[in-house]
Amino acid sequence: MNQVPLIHILFVSTALFFIGMYGLFTRRNMIMMLMSVELILNSVNINFVAFNKYLYPEKLEGVFFTLFIIAIAAAEAAVAIAIIINLYRNLRSIDVETADEMKF
Amino acid sequence: MNLSLLVIVPLITTVLLLFVRGQSGVRRIALAGVSIQLVLAFALLGLYWQERGVGGTAAGNASAFLFEYRHAWFSALHIDYHVGVDGISVAMILLTAFVMVGAVLVSWTIKSMTKEFFVLLLLLSAGAYGFFISLDLFTLFFFLEVSVIPKFLLIGIWGSGRKEYAAMKLALMLMAGSAMVFIGLLGLYYNTGVAGGYVAGAAGGPHTFDWPAIAQMQVPVKAQLLFFPFLFIGFGIFTALFPFHTWVPDGHSSAPTAASMFLAGISMKLGGYGCLRVAVSLMPAAAREYSPFIVGLATIAIIYGAFATMMQKDLKYINAYSSVSHCGFILLGIGMLTRTAVNGAVMQMISHGLMTALFFAAIGMIYDRTHTRLVERLGGLLKIMPFISSIFVIAGLCSLGLPGLSGFAAEITVFMGSWQHPGGMYHLATILACASIVVTAVYILRATGQTIMGPVKDAEYNGLTDATWNERLAGILLVAGIIAIGVAPFWLNELINK
Amino acid sequence: MPNAAYLIIVLVPLLPLLGFVILGLFGRKVVKNYSGGLGTALVFFSTCIAMWVGYDYFATGAGPDGAYHAFKVLNIHWLSFGPGFSIDMDLLVDPISVMMAVVVSFISLMVHIFSLGYMKGEQRYGTYYAYLGLFTFSMLGLVLSANIFEMYIFWELVGCSSYLLIGFYYDRPSAVAAAKKAFVVTRFADLGFLIGILILSFQTKTLGFGELIQMLGPGGQSIADGLGVPGARGVFLGFPVVSWGLALIFVGGAGKSALFPLHVWLPDAMEGPTPVSALIHAATMVVAGVYLVARLYILYANAVDVSQLILYVGVFSAFLAALIACTQSDIKRILAYSTMSQIGYMMFALGTGSSGNTSGYTASMFHLFTHAFFKALLFLCAGVIIHRVHSNEMKDMGGLRKQLPLTHVCFLIACLAISGIPPFSGFFSKEEILSAAWPTNKFVYGLGLFTSGLTAFYMFRLYFSVFWRRAPGIATSHHGATQLNHGAIAPNHGATAAHHGSTPLSMRLPLVILAVCTVFTGFIPFSHYITFDGRPGETVGPGLNAIPPVATALLGIGMAAWLYKKENSRPQQAAEAFRGLYSFARHKFYIDEVYLFVTKKIIFNGIGRPAAWIDKHIVDGLMNGLAKGTAAVSASIKGFQSGKVQDYAWFFFIGIAGLTVLFIYIYT
Repeated sequence: MNQVPLIHILFVSTALFFIGMYGLFTRRNMIMMLMSVELILNSVNINFVAFNKYLYPEKLEGVFFTLFIIAIAAAEAAVAIAIIINLYRNLRSIDVETADEMKF
Repeated sequence: MNLSLLVIVPLITTVLLLFVRGQSGVRRIALAGVSIQLVLAFALLGLYWQERGVGGTAAGNASAFLFEYRHAWFSALHIDYHVGVDGISVAMILLTAFVMVGAVLVSWTIKSMTKEFFVLLLLLSAGAYGFFISLDLFTLFFFLEVSVIPKFLLIGIWGSGRKEYAAMKLALMLMAGSAMVFIGLLGLYYNTGVAGGYVAGAAGGPHTFDWPAIAQMQVPVKAQLLFFPFLFIGFGIFTALFPFHTWVPDGHSSAPTAASMFLAGISMKLGGYGCLRVAVSLMPAAAREYSPFIVGLATIAIIYGAFATMMQKDLKYINAYSSVSHCGFILLGIGMLTRTAVNGAVMQMISHGLMTALFFAAIGMIYDRTHTRLVERLGGLLKIMPFISSIFVIAGLCSLGLPGLSGFAAEITVFMGSWQHPGGMYHLATILACASIVVTAVYILRATGQTIMGPVKDAEYNGLTDATWNERLAGILLVAGIIAIGVAPFWLNELINK
Repeated sequence: MPNAAYLIIVLVPLLPLLGFVILGLFGRKVVKNYSGGLGTALVFFSTCIAMWVGYDYFATGAGPDGAYHAFKVLNIHWLSFGPGFSIDMDLLVDPISVMMAVVVSFISLMVHIFSLGYMKGEQRYGTYYAYLGLFTFSMLGLVLSANIFEMYIFWELVGCSSYLLIGFYYDRPSAVAAAKKAFVVTRFADLGFLIGILILSFQTKTLGFGELIQMLGPGGQSIADGLGVPGARGVFLGFPVVSWGLALIFVGGAGKSALFPLHVWLPDAMEGPTPVSALIHAATMVVAGVYLVARLYILYANAVDVSQLILYVGVFSAFLAALIACTQSDIKRILAYSTMSQIGYMMFALGTGSSGNTSGYTASMFHLFTHAFFKALLFLCAGVIIHRVHSNEMKDMGGLRKQLPLTHVCFLIACLAISGIPPFSGFFSKEEILSAAWPTNKFVYGLGLFTSGLTAFYMFRLYFSVFWRRAPGIATSHHGATQLNHGAIAPNHGATAAHHGSTPLSMRLPLVILAVCTVFTGFIPFSHYITFDGRPGETVGPGLNAIPPVATALLGIGMAAWLYKKENSRPQQAAEAFRGLYSFARHKFYIDEVYLFVTKKIIFNGIGRPAAWIDKHIVDGLMNGLAKGTAAVSASIKGFQSGKVQDYAWFFFIGIAGLTVLFIYIYT
């Protein structure tokens, strides 16, 4: 198998990271924000796996960490959905800009 | 004599007050507390004179401060609780005691939240006493701060007129002053790096807050020039240094009577005392450099304050602006830096304290009865309330410097001392300050003529009562103080000199 | 020891002070009806002691060289400004102080006795006598002072007593205003006095009169040169600093003595009760300025420029006052202006000293002495008249000589004295003054002479209008409806139902005593006792130079008789003839209006109002502006706390990115 250079993979993960950040900062729909957060998390996963494979091929810590992140992302998604549902019940909307009472 | 008693007694009274129920109990305990303070002050005076050897006994204790007591507080930062008195402090403590008794007596009829009122008033007095006996700069600052917040509460809750605005303005300006003072104090602290500067205690580090120690050191001149303005302006804000005096009119006028008495009588003197003790005594070279500015600002305060007073329509504003003008004399005396002028400044502190407390007491009594402070609505009160009118007139005559009352002795000493300072500009400043006696006469006589004399303005006034026992007692006490200094100023002069 | 023998003089001011304290504290309730008696008794003792000391001093107190020296009694350091430099409460016994003590206490006694009848039934009887006691104490302290600042202290106290007494009928706005005016005008003059004291004591470092005169007078010229502005060799704006000091002190004296242009308070001061006017504004307080200049006479004689000032101000005041008095119609105001005029005489007599002619001192003091008696007499007679007629206006009086025979005789005696007709006392004293003026300045002499003619004219105008003019018996007007400004009668007064009957003894006795004094005091050989250096001078009897004053006086009397003795229209015609001058003089030359203009428009509106405005809007505005600025800044950055999660996230990111960049830069 021809080695794909590491840097290509890093480009992908970085691009995913910033796309996720853009989505996090810009989307008004809370579900969309959640999806962006997942993107960020997944980009980090790619980073870990790539570094593991290319720099320390005989070790497996990176992959283990990735598994952790996947599990935690799932849990966090569940919690986030619960919060969104609660917010929806109070604010009747899932627009994140309506949840701005804790301000000056 | 243990000087800390002066601070402890008000604090104990405060604590006792917290446990008492019922208005009359509160009042009685407060009165007992301040009376004990008055007795302590007189005892201090007597003991002090005895120690100094006044009155024919063998040459007395000639050390700079008497009754010293020192206890380490934050020894890592070389901060001690260090107290002691000299003549000026004793005089100021006496003043505070007098005014406090007067203030408590005048507030006898406060109806709402009486307990809290007296608690705050007594806290103020504890702060003042502590300030006057402190010999450690940090302790001094501590007590200064103690006395700012109660003023805010007193004015904001029990005041009249634009009280919230006045309370806020007063508190913010005084806090700004304290902040500047603190910067100055830190400047002093970090520039006292001389071996052997710190006396008692552990490691003998180079920096110290101790007043006597710093007084003997030579603070480097550059540091002096830098930090003197901070200290002087900071304390000056307390004493209505132009142009930072604008908290005075609104603050004094919106405050309840007892708070006005304390504010004008004592709080403004905290600044003067601070200027003298801390700014000028510890940084003499800078004081000499800045002396023209101080004299200039003080003269402006005197003249400009007097003219502004003429145009006021509200009795309390008249008295407040007149306080600005009279406190200008204090700063003028300090700024002139001659011994006589400084003596005069201290005498003016005491005389003005008593006089303005009396004046505010009289105005408060009038306001309680007629519910107006506007000069144009009052008239002919001499017929209806002879006692109150008499103390009003006495306070007015003292303000305009009639001999036989304390104002004259103080002002004359300031004038003589100021004239002794050579230099045309200083002589001009003295002449302008003297000219203010005419303007003072005009506004005092206008106020007196319109409120006290003349025909009775409003038929409703005819039914008003004269002073009640507590008001009479307060008035008599303050008048006695004024006359004691006015007729025989030599005892005060000697006390200050010692 | 002479000093100890005169120690009793300490009681002279202290007894009235005791009266003040007792009556002030208890006069209202406890002592009430006895207040008059108590006050009078204390002043009586004071007078006796003063007279005894006077006799002792003048008869036996002359020193070995025959001159009268000054003695200091007491030595209390009241307020000290440095070693040897203090305000002392000392009493000085020297010729003029003893003379003044006698005069003041005596006139005060007369007024006390008179007031027993005049103020009877007054509600604030006790307070009145308390104030009289305070005044007597202050004035006696003033004349007995040995220290210039001590004199200043009593000076101010005298001003305060005057304020209290002029404003005695305090529910009348005009009285309150008059009291305030008196106090403020004299305070303004006192400012000059104070600055003068500061200047003079600056390098002499002493405040006692004796020391000041020694150091600044002829002997101590080098010290006088060294005073004051450094580099200017003791000269400021072209005049020696000593002259400035003396001139300022003279300003102080001029204010208290109602000389032009600080005279405006004196006519208004007539709002007080008439006995008060007799005491304060005729015989005693107003001569305080003259006394002050006399005290420092040696210094003034040395300062030529200041003496010129005194000379001209004095004679001009005398002339101006006489002119105004010719047109006034209120009896008390005429007497007030006549007081101002006579004080002008006393003052310019003191101003003649610079030409080396020192008889002016004796002449001035002599005139002060005689004037006290006849002026007090005039005022007390006026009091009786006003008491009878219930009005101050001349038009309500006339033909009273049958109704008030004693008053008539006394008034006539006093008028003759003030006009300078021999053998009454005024003749001797006025003639001495004019003789002192003749060698100094002929113009001043001429003006003084003309003024004495005017004096005779207006005094007899008053005399004839009050006691002749109408046929006796025609009902004098009981329309008490005078204008509000002329009150000598309190609203509560008049409880004496006997006002249509004869005047009480307490009011007649002082008149008689004063009349006797007026007749005989002229014969005292004054210059034997009182000269500027204490050495007895020779008394020159009146010679040929007495003729011009007497002649002009007779001329004045004649004109007054021609115009006023019978009711006719000649005064009207005369007034028409001089229309412009007449109306100008009647309105007191509009000086009051000028003052009002200056104070109201210039000082109040030009300085006071802007000061208050600046304070409220600019200085305070700055503070408020600071607060508003802080609030604005706070408002503008509060947007950071938007409550929106995404904004917060954005801020986190920026922060982390920034820190990362920073650390990368630091570690590479």
